[in-house]
Order: sequence, then structure tokens, then C-alpha cells
Amino acid sequence: MDFTPLTSEDRRLILDRIGVASFDALVEQIAPRVPRADLRLPAPLTEPELLQAASALAAGNITTNNRISFLGAGSYEHFIPSVVRYITSRGEFLTAYTPYQPEASQGTLQAMYEYQSLLCDLTGMDVANASLYDGASALAEACVLALRETERGKLVFAQGVHPEYRQTVETYLRGTQVTLEKIPQKEGISDLTRAESAVDSQTAAVIVQMPNAFGCLEPVERLGALARRHGALFIVVVNPISLGILQAPGSYGADIVVGEGQPLGTDLQFGGPYLGLFACREKYLRKIPGRIVGMTRDTHGRRGFVLTLQTREQHIRRAKATSNICTNEAMMALAAAVYLSALGAEGFQEMARQNVQKSHYCFDRIVKLPGIKPLFSAPFFNEFAVQLPVDPEQVNQRLLKTGFLGGFPLKRWDPELKNGWLLCVTETRSKEQMDRFVAAVGEAI
Amino acid sequence: MITQSSSRGAERREISKGEISRPEGLEMTGKISSKLPHSPGRLLEPLLSELSRPGRHGFTLPALDVSARPLEQLVPAAFLRREAAPMPQVSERDLVKHFMRLAHLNFSGETNFYPLGSCTMKYNPKVNEEIAGLPGFARVHPYTPEEGTQGILRLLYELEQLFKEILGMDAVTLQPAAGAHGELTALLMARAYHQAQGRLRRKVVVPDSAHGTNPASAALCGFEVVEVKSNERGRASLKALASAIDEDVAVFMMTNPNTLGLFEQEVREIAELVHKKGGLMYLDGANMNAILGLFRPGDLGFDMVHVNIHKTFSIPHGSGGPGGGPVGVKASLKPFLPSPIVVEQDGAYRLSSSGPRSIGRVRAFFGNTGALVRAYAYIRALGAEGLKRVSEGAILNANYLKALLKGKYPIPVDEPCMHEFVASAKELKATCGVKAMDIAKRLLDYGFYAPTICFPLIVEEALMIEPSETESREVVEAFADALVAILGEAREIPQRVRGAPHRMPVTRLDEVQAAREPNLRWTHSS
Amino acid sequence: MDATQLFFTKTHEWLHLEGSSATIGITQHAQEEISDVVFVELPKVGRAVKQAEEAAVVESVKAAFSIYAPISGTIAQVNQNLSKDPAAINRSPYEEGWVFTLQAADPKEVKSLMNHQQYDAWVKGGGH
Repeated sequence: MDFTPLTSEDRRLILDRIGVASFDALVEQIAPRVPRADLRLPAPLTEPELLQAASALAAGNITTNNRISFLGAGSYEHFIPSVVRYITSRGEFLTAYTPYQPEASQGTLQAMYEYQSLLCDLTGMDVANASLYDGASALAEACVLALRETERGKLVFAQGVHPEYRQTVETYLRGTQVTLEKIPQKEGISDLTRAESAVDSQTAAVIVQMPNAFGCLEPVERLGALARRHGALFIVVVNPISLGILQAPGSYGADIVVGEGQPLGTDLQFGGPYLGLFACREKYLRKIPGRIVGMTRDTHGRRGFVLTLQTREQHIRRAKATSNICTNEAMMALAAAVYLSALGAEGFQEMARQNVQKSHYCFDRIVKLPGIKPLFSAPFFNEFAVQLPVDPEQVNQRLLKTGFLGGFPLKRWDPELKNGWLLCVTETRSKEQMDRFVAAVGEAI
Repeated sequence: MITQSSSRGAERREISKGEISRPEGLEMTGKISSKLPHSPGRLLEPLLSELSRPGRHGFTLPALDVSARPLEQLVPAAFLRREAAPMPQVSERDLVKHFMRLAHLNFSGETNFYPLGSCTMKYNPKVNEEIAGLPGFARVHPYTPEEGTQGILRLLYELEQLFKEILGMDAVTLQPAAGAHGELTALLMARAYHQAQGRLRRKVVVPDSAHGTNPASAALCGFEVVEVKSNERGRASLKALASAIDEDVAVFMMTNPNTLGLFEQEVREIAELVHKKGGLMYLDGANMNAILGLFRPGDLGFDMVHVNIHKTFSIPHGSGGPGGGPVGVKASLKPFLPSPIVVEQDGAYRLSSSGPRSIGRVRAFFGNTGALVRAYAYIRALGAEGLKRVSEGAILNANYLKALLKGKYPIPVDEPCMHEFVASAKELKATCGVKAMDIAKRLLDYGFYAPTICFPLIVEEALMIEPSETESREVVEAFADALVAILGEAREIPQRVRGAPHRMPVTRLDEVQAAREPNLRWTHSS
Repeated sequence: MDATQLFFTKTHEWLHLEGSSATIGITQHAQEEISDVVFVELPKVGRAVKQAEEAAVVESVKAAFSIYAPISGTIAQVNQNLSKDPAAINRSPYEEGWVFTLQAADPKEVKSLMNHQQYDAWVKGGGH
């Protein structure tokens, strides 16, 4: 199967007009004596054959369709309203280009402006960009901003930041002299005494995740105050769903808010493409990475939208750009805008509430099972960690057979957490599913 | 200095510059095709905040089926919001109408021709959407136990092998989320490679025709960027490189064909030069469409290459993203690949660290799998023969279009091009005051999206034109006709071109005001 | 600001010297080339700059232009008004549009600069 409309008649006319005898002759002119490729690839497939091959690869996988999932750890199953898929499958959005020519892109531009506005409303920040790649790289960008802004050399990370996020920051900063220091946890949240000694006048930023990677709610007010006292930026990594009921980071002194926007209407997709959220205070406006859409007027006074503050970006500033990002995650940002509007103020709040109610219902019953204890005492949103009496990987194996996708074995993040098991309960879990799960866990341990 | 628009109607603002009177009548020459709705009002479509009314709602959740406990018992009050986040309150009907009306304001690849140089706006196959949407791909959690993800791991593994073959490379990472992300990844690997040899190399060299992401990625990585002037034929100058490439240069980043659409005929000599000094050759694969199935970067002397699956490999541009920037490397760089990679043993697939010298992660989870699935489907559909037809079609269409414009628009380096070529409006600017930007805007009135303008920087008033292989000859001819018509307009009625577009939902927008007084979000009247 | 009293650089900055205090801005020619100024990145007061070092950045919608220190010195004052009114550079490049002042390290460095006749000739000759 291919998609080129070139017929032999077309080819003949074109070669004639170009003035070459054959395509090969043209290539010889373009790239004389360059060895040609001779690709060995599987034979081409027609559409039905392709669908068959792809379906075969898709069929055997464990999904949230064929298992009842209690797995989170950075990627979350939520109800996705059908309108989200409807709008994001529209070719007018899906096959449009980056909106450099605003007159032909008002749909995209207004949608991105709305997304930026929604993110500011959610996070309590002054300005948001139109997306970065994912939560981890968004955090890396925030760290780079803080380092440049303060001209200091240390980043202080709460232990509860998702390990893959911290690893990403480490990769971005390897080759610099920047040091990363950790605030150890106590009972699942940052130990404030240890935090006091970690943060000093060399700290560019204090980074905390809220809820943290273990599901726990961190003492964000105190950590923010600590950062401020030392002139460091306060970077908060959020799960946007939690902002349905939790305080907006803007209200407790965050300078930059980043996070993973996947829960806002994007499928799990084995890890991507996801949505890097980035919002911050106005004072950093000209330092932030990524596309930003602004409102303006046309020559007739009509309201319209444009990409703005482009002099921050690589296509203008090149080596002096605030970042190198060009392609972003616009479709995921669109999904988020549709999602948040479909739920609306009340729906979004209700959704966050249900996450809390259901996760606590499940927690109460799980910890009553013999041999299972909560790992931490801190309050949580929709994820909690328990200590199992046996290896969680084994428990997960057994649960798979009875129709469940179990929680995340925490030893993968920290061997010291041995039989720690991170369970996630979103609004998608019914009481009946949770009861059956608890029973199945009881059997499996 | 951020101003915010109030949610109840927008105040009239003075236009500072660029005020142009409404054109008399709308007689246009050439074929106009604009399906966009006429909108005489002061705004095209209200904002969600303007449509919002208290009490309206869309999606409803199932009722809570566990007994609700007081929230403060579960989450301490200090953590809780005082008021609900002010999300819009609209009915589903209004929501759909809103976003559909926005959709109708867009040009898009599937309805309009996008001759954007270096963007490869080819047709996005619909079967890829169907495949990416299969629950067995779309609804898989990234931390699912591996015995439950064999199908997807196999697809990703096979995709790595396909890229290795297509690129002539020994190893591939699928982790980067975009081309620029791929550049960053490759540069991080290059640094690790040199460090492992006990060499601290601080410089990255790029041609002055390089895409902005090249120097930006190098700077983000902490390298010093050295730009080298291209020669009069628009190519990387072997002579200039001979002095620029020394033992402090980690990488020479190159695009081939370059951003003028010209094949770098001395690429193998350049590779030899760079390698002799111990440096690495990097290919920015943005223009891969020109050489698919024709040449392999690995055979041309490149050690590393990134591809853009949202360009060459047909995944949709998505109004800006998502994309994917897989990176291929030669064996010497394999130890530094980001982790995890997919490994295969006895027919079973699993994720594994790439080794103790891996540069680590450049993102969470594996990669833009949903996007990669589409690229996989594309390559499987085309096969080797199909990929060859891609570059053939791309090269033929570009040279055809160039031939149709010969003598009309000056082409600074007028040689056989590959998949794109660069014309210049420099003369028009001097004689009629019509710039590349004006031509771009006037093309919109003709129903065509504009070519890439003002890039590469080495050509004044550049128009970078790439028709891609999925356009029919008729469309290419119609586009040439439009460009010629606009040329005529520029000479006869320049103000029509300078004041374009006239038939779009908006006329030119005040970007100066947008930058001076940024209005980047709505506010809510309390 | 009387142009005949000013010194000029090849990179289109003007400098007015009073004792050891120098006021610096960009020329009419530069302002025309840049067109609408949308933002000015001002230097930090107290920063030491060497002759020809980038001291500030002037941005239009589509480009960013460096302003180089015509002579060495320490940044003394910056024109905060440009934050609210960047267009002042376009309207009045020699008066309201001044960008910063510096305390000259070595006022004799002005000898290496052009006077307004030399600068005009430089511009006419297509000086870049």
C-alpha cells in the first residue's frame, strides 16, 4: 500500500518538464556516485493485512479493558468523555500544522489559549504554556529555568518526587556542576527537619510532588516558606486531577507548577504521548520554554489569537533560546481542554471527591487483610502504599489470573521498600470491583 | 505587565500599526477555495469562559457507590480548596458546537495543500488512527507486567529493527518525544561518548543554514555553538569546516539534504574530516523524506541521526504535536543509549537498561508509543518499495514545481533539488515592496497554506517549498499557478498582496501588541 | 540629544559621554531596521561590561538584537520606563529611548568610536 498518486503518465510529464530522461538520471545529477540503499524490509501490506497484523500484536496485551486496574504510579485510568475523542479525532485539529500562520489557525490558537487559561485556573498561576513533552521533561525545564534565574548551583528534591522524573532531570543536567540533594521522607512525606538543613543560599529550587509518588500529601506550605526564606524557587509537581479538591499551588507560594496532564483525557498508551504541564508566575514569563498563545486584534478590530513571545524560542533565538522545544503535545492539550470543559467546575470537583472516597474505601478494607499494613501514615489522595507479607510481583501474577491488574511494586523504585505495594483507585472503580479485588488480594497473599 | 481579557465581551483596543483599509470588492484572480464561515462580528467564537453559565454541565459521573465520609476526615482541611476550580460550565451541546466551530476556522493537512519546507506535510493515513486506537495499544498501562505487554514490546522492538535498516544504524532509541528531544538525546550521548574516552570536548559545530533547534539543543546541553558559513552553492563548506573542526569539537550537526533542499555532495569528505579529528557526525533527519529508501545516513558517514515521525513517517502534526524523534546510532555509541531499551531473547521481549554507561532517561516511561505505533503501521504498509516511491515522488514533485516556477521566482541556488527548494522574494521586495510574508498571506486567500518563510536565514525573503510525495500533479500545478498569479498582483496591485489575507476569518493580527502587552489567559469577572 | 555630540559604533549604538558617565542607546538606523520594539532586556545595575560585550537585548516580534557596550564600564542606571513603553526606542531613540548608562572604566576608549559623520558614512556604505 502506498499513498503517492504519481502515475506513469504523471512521471513521464514531470520528467519531461524537468528535462531528465529518468529518475535515476536525476538522482545521479543530485548525488553523483553515492551508493544507493537496498533496504531489506518485510513485504508491504495492504490495509486489511496491516489491520490483521496490528490486531494480532494488540490482541494479547493486558489492558484496562480486560483487567480491572489498581495501577497508577504516574499514569492513571480515568473516564474519558466521548466528546474528547470526538474532538481530538477531527482532522481539522489532528492534521493541522503548528499555528505559525495565525489567519489559517484560529481554531488551534483559540483552543490553546483556552487550555492555557484552564491550566492557570487549575493551578492558581499567572501564565501557562501550550504544553511540553511530559511531566518529567517539564520538570527538567523548570529546573533549568530556576538555575538560570538564580544563578545558583543546587537543586533540592523531596524524596517523594517520581524517580523517573528525578532521573530525567539528572540526565538533562549531567555535564553541569549542578548538585541534586534529597530531602528524605518520614512516614511517606518530606522530613521537615532534614529539609531545613538541605535548603540554603546555594539552592536554586526546592522541588516537591503533590500528591507525591507514594500518593501522600506533602507539607507544601512549610516547604514553600522554606524555599522563599532562602530565595530559592518553589517548584511543585502536580497530578492535575487532585486539583479538583486540593489547594492550587499558586495559593501556597509555588513559583512554577509542572506535572503530567495525561489524566486529563489522554489514554494510557503504554506511556506516551502524554502532556507536560507548565505554569508559573508572571515574573518568569519571558524565560519559559514552549509555545505561548496570546490574544490580540486584527486590522478590523476583530479578536484573534497568535503565537507570541516567540523571541524566546529556538526558531528565532537559536543558541540563546530558553529551550529547544519545537513540536509539543498540542493534541493532548486539546484533549485536556475538552475534558475539563466536559466535566465542568462541579463535575471536576465531584470527580476528585470520588477519587478520594473510593481510594479510602479500598484502603480501609485492604489494610484489614491479615499481614497487610499501611506503609505510611500520611494522608493521601487516590493512591496509597501498603506493606504486603509477600512479594508484590507474585501477588500481581496471581491477580492477573483472576482478572485484576495489581499495584506497583515499590522495590522497583527503592529496594528498601521491599514488599511495598502502591495501589491506585480512581473514580473508575466501582464498589463491587473493589470488594472483589480485596477478596482476591486476600486469596493471593 | 500581563493583561487579561474579561470574560464578558472584549473592550475595543486601538490598533497601533498596520492599519489597512478594507479592500473594495473581492474580485480575485486564480482559483480560490475557502470553506471558512464568514464572520462579520468582533469575535469569531466566544471563549469557553464566555459561554459558561452557572449550573450548566456536560459529562455526568456515575453516582458514588460507597458511603461518603466527610472529606475533612480523609484529607485534612488545610489541604483542601476553599472554592471549586473555576472550570467552564457548559452543556455538552455547547461544548461540541464550540470546538467544532473552532475546527472550522483551521486549515488542515487533510483539506489544504501545505507546501511547508522541512515539515513534510504528507497525507496522514487513516488506518494508522484505527490501529493506534486499538485498546491493545491505547489502554495499556506502562507498568503492566511484561508478560502482558509482549505484543506492544514486539511492535516497538520491530520498529527499532526497521529504523536500523532504513537508517543504516546499529542501534535505535525510541524514547525522544520530538525531533529536538532527539537532538538533545544524541548530544547527551555524544558527550558521554567523548567523556568515556577521557576527552572533554566543548564545541558543537552547525552550518548557518541549520534549523534553530540544532544550536538550541546544543546550548541546552551545555555546548558552545560554532556556526560555519555555507559556500556560494549553499552547501557546507569543506574549506570552512577544515578550520572549524578541531579536537575540541564533539559533534558536527548537519542536515542532508540541507535546508535549501540540496544534497550535500561532499558529505563523505566532511565525515572523513570530522572523524579524523575524533569528532562525531550527526544527521538532523528532518529532511529524511528526500532520501528514504534511496540513501542511508549510516552509509554516508553519519554516526547518529534522528528522524521525525511526524514528518517523514506520516503521523499527523496535531496542530503542534505530539511527535516522536527516534535516534539511530552506530555501534560505538550503543553503550550510551537512554534506558530502557527493548531486548529480545528466545522470542520473549522485555525492557532492560541499555547498560552501565547509559545516559539515563530523557523522559518518564518508554516513549511516545501511541505515536510510534502509527509510524510502525506506515513502514509496514509501504515496505522497501513503498519507501523508495516516497523519496522518488517527493523529489519529482519538488523538481517539477521548481521547473514550473523557473524564470518567475528567483531560486538562489538553482540546481536539481531533492524534496524541497528555496525561492526568494528579495527582488519583489526591492521593486514592489512585497515580501515573502505578504506572498504567504496571499496564498491563504487562494486556499493554500504558505510555504516556510524567512528560513533558512542564509536566503533573504526565503520561501522554502516542499510539496511532498502525496500531492497529485494537478495540485502542484495549481499551486504554481497561484504563485504566478500573486507575482502578477504584486506588480500590478501590490497593496492587495501586502494587505492579504482578505478571505480568511481574520485579517493580519497585531503581533506587536500581543508581544508588548501579553494577554495569555482569560479572567473571570467575580 | 544633539547627534553631533554623540559617538557611534559599527553595531549601531550611540554613546553620550559626560565626564566618566556614558549614556547609551541605539541609533535611528537601528530602530528602523528592528521596527516595532516589543521588549527590552535590560542589564543588571552594577554589572561590569567590557567594550563590545553584549549588554542588553532589544526584541521585535520576529527577532532579537544585541546591544553591545561601546566602551567598558559598570552599569549605573537602566531605563526602567522601557518595560512599560518599549516603543520609546522607536519614537525617540536618542532621548526617551536611552537604554542604560555606565560608569566608564576608561573614558579614552571613546577614541575608538565613530563620530556622527563617520557613522552616517558607515550606514550609507551598507555597514553591517
